[in-house]
Amino acid sequence: MTVERRLAGPAPAPAHDDEPAPPEAPPPGIGPGKALVAVGRRSWRWLTSMRTALILLFLLAIAAVPGSLLPQRNVSAERVTAWYGTHPKLAPLVDRLGGFDVFASPWFSAIYLLLFTSLVGCLVPRLREHIRALVRVPPEAPSRLDRLPAHAGGLDLPGDPADVATRLRAALRSRRFRAVARPQPDGGFTVSAEKGYLKETGNLLFHFALLTLLVGVAFGSWYGYKADRVVVQGTDQGFCNTLQQYDEYGLGARVRPQDLEPFCLTVTDFQARFLDSGQPADYRATVSYTIGDGAARNAVIKVNDPLRLSRARVYLVGHGYAPVLRYTDRYGHAQTIVAPFLYLDDNKTSSGVVTFPDANVDPARGRDPADPQQVAFAGVYVPTSDGHSDVSVFPAERNPVLVVTPYRGDLGVDSGVPGSVYTLNQHQIATGKLRALSAPLRLRPGQSATLDDGTTVQFVGTRPWTALTVRYDPGETVVLVGAVSLLVGLLASLTGRRRRVFFRVPPTGPVAAGALARSRYPGFHAEFDTLVKEILS
Amino acid sequence: MSALSDQLLVYAILGYTLAMLAYAVEYAFGTRGVVNRVATRELVGAGAPVDAPVAVEEVRPAPLDNARIGELAGRAALACTAVGWALHAGCVVTRGVAAGRVPWGNMYELILSACLVGSTAWLVAVVRRPSLRPLGLLVTLVLVLLLGVDGMLLYTKIGPLMPALHSYWLVIHVTAAVTASGIFLLGFAAAAATLVRTGYDEGKVRFPYPLGARLPEADALERVTFRVHALGFPIWTFAVICGAIWAEAAWGRYWGWDPKETWSFIAWVIYAGYLHARATPSVRRTVATWLAVLGWCAMMVNLFGVNLFLTGLHSYAGIK
Repeated sequence: MTVERRLAGPAPAPAHDDEPAPPEAPPPGIGPGKALVAVGRRSWRWLTSMRTALILLFLLAIAAVPGSLLPQRNVSAERVTAWYGTHPKLAPLVDRLGGFDVFASPWFSAIYLLLFTSLVGCLVPRLREHIRALVRVPPEAPSRLDRLPAHAGGLDLPGDPADVATRLRAALRSRRFRAVARPQPDGGFTVSAEKGYLKETGNLLFHFALLTLLVGVAFGSWYGYKADRVVVQGTDQGFCNTLQQYDEYGLGARVRPQDLEPFCLTVTDFQARFLDSGQPADYRATVSYTIGDGAARNAVIKVNDPLRLSRARVYLVGHGYAPVLRYTDRYGHAQTIVAPFLYLDDNKTSSGVVTFPDANVDPARGRDPADPQQVAFAGVYVPTSDGHSDVSVFPAERNPVLVVTPYRGDLGVDSGVPGSVYTLNQHQIATGKLRALSAPLRLRPGQSATLDDGTTVQFVGTRPWTALTVRYDPGETVVLVGAVSLLVGLLASLTGRRRRVFFRVPPTGPVAAGALARSRYPGFHAEFDTLVKEILS
Repeated sequence: MSALSDQLLVYAILGYTLAMLAYAVEYAFGTRGVVNRVATRELVGAGAPVDAPVAVEEVRPAPLDNARIGELAGRAALACTAVGWALHAGCVVTRGVAAGRVPWGNMYELILSACLVGSTAWLVAVVRRPSLRPLGLLVTLVLVLLLGVDGMLLYTKIGPLMPALHSYWLVIHVTAAVTASGIFLLGFAAAAATLVRTGYDEGKVRFPYPLGARLPEADALERVTFRVHALGFPIWTFAVICGAIWAEAAWGRYWGWDPKETWSFIAWVIYAGYLHARATPSVRRTVATWLAVLGWCAMMVNLFGVNLFLTGLHSYAGIK
């Protein structure tokens, strides 16, 4: 702390009692520059104090609460949208305040950044102090050993004081104390010993590990990425690790598209096992992948067992059914399309659309832009139908039925406006450009149906699709190392006990002993008593 | 075997309730002189306060007066707790045998196991330090409440695990979480008792504080609180870290601010704050102990609130 020296003038002393004292000149201040430094120093000291750290910790805990109560975008974007629906006036305000992305919001970041600044500001001097303490020898024994919390006097240790001191030192060192014997001017000796530096070492390790965690998380978020994709089983349905082939992706701030590991993957088989209650028992996907120009390799991906490549990992996070429809148009041209349907409930009632944008193209004249006769089938796939409702009663395909409505017209896929591949363009239907042709068709696997213009559609069957997530987080190892160090440091700091033991060996007469602990812990007195007993014997 | 497990639960709750009543009888009838450990503290000179030796005075009670009834009730309470513990352990073990796996695969079993750990921790504590017996009232009260809610509202039949839980991490991560929760249960009882006793010593007369008349010394209780939390906190840290490692294998990322993860973090931060506060000289011990109570509230929200009210927020991938 800057010492603020006030240059006060001499106190005015009136020459006579009845004369008024001259007004005292105001003392000169320390100047604006030094005042600023003083304020800075005080603020820094306040920030790095343990009390402030405590307040910030508490704020951190409170700040995390809205992150669990409000829907978060990175956990579930659909719930955020649903929240907008149920709270239309409040939602934009919450969004402004960062309520839907709490853990990346400025105010949450401010709290933990302040906390880490406080941490660093406290750690560096403590580390310096601890290194000094590790290097230093234990201090001189206090003059009055009987004032220490544990003390024993009148210990009868015959012999030359130097010998006694050496023996004491050896005994202490055998108990892993750091001990030093000092000769005294009166011919006697004192022995000082200290033990338990591990406590502070552990403490510092724990707090530095927190910093390591932060660094690891930051590194991972900058250089990591994640991407999601629905992959249908089949060698014709594989994908490669490039951004265009993903349904959703998020790149870290420093990741360039060319940094992605160049692998390609196809799902060759998918098996799901269910219990009789409908609860899933096991999922596994057999995949074939190649990295760059390498040879094809097989692997099995299960729920707790991702495919671990050197710079990417592939996780199995869901599955569903993709109906396969074969449509023969009025020119005799047949096309087979596999379209994943998204499931709506736990029993895998799935909805989706199978589109044939190239259907009914006259081979002679090409497509008529005013009246494109594109065809689509939109509806529901029921893996296990109970016969009358269109809701599945079991997730496996025990009684599959495809219930789709045929549509014909302009699908609207050439407009350049992006849309969902799981629903039809509602605008086209509303404006009449895309018309439903009949009541929904109910098709079993293998069944065909004929549309009003004589064209046929066949429900060939289904293929399973898997939802795969590709993730890469280079900071993970750093975080793991940080977490393990954190635990080790925590254990050391909670179980370590810092204490000092002193012996005073006078030139003649009994030896006195005393001990001091840095913080109270059980077993302190017991240890001292055992030590004294051992020394006496 | 599953039916046996359910029956044993009922009897275990009965055992704990009887124990609770016996603790209450001991409380009402006992005087301070029955089992009386007076913690004497040496005057501290230049050194920091240290754990001083404890002097034991045992006053011989006259036959069948209030003190004697209290003493008998106290012993009966311990016996009932032990019997309840045995039944509880039997319930958990039979549940595990019937299910063919470790008995913490769903919320019902989780609370069952956490309460068993809490009960075990309590019995260990009271055997090592008989003067803590008055705390049994609060411990058995919490146990009965939690087990009752668990059995009545959260009961689920034995079923196999979801595919996501088919992992050896279930044994490591959930065991650690259950153990830490049980230890924190005892810690909460000790912290609440510390606050009640401290309030009583300060002369407060509103409801819970007069109960402090029969509790052990505030200092001793405070030390017990600290040591129990110092035992539970590394285990909780380990549980959270293992959860993160498992999450990486199962969900693709080690931390995603899922509500369960968030509340585990909140509870961790609050308990870290408690340990921090206790190491800060300028913070009063009472304030620190309130933090321990707050930490338990966070654990309860983590256990009940997240599982029952916030499950809707959890999802694996963008597709649902």
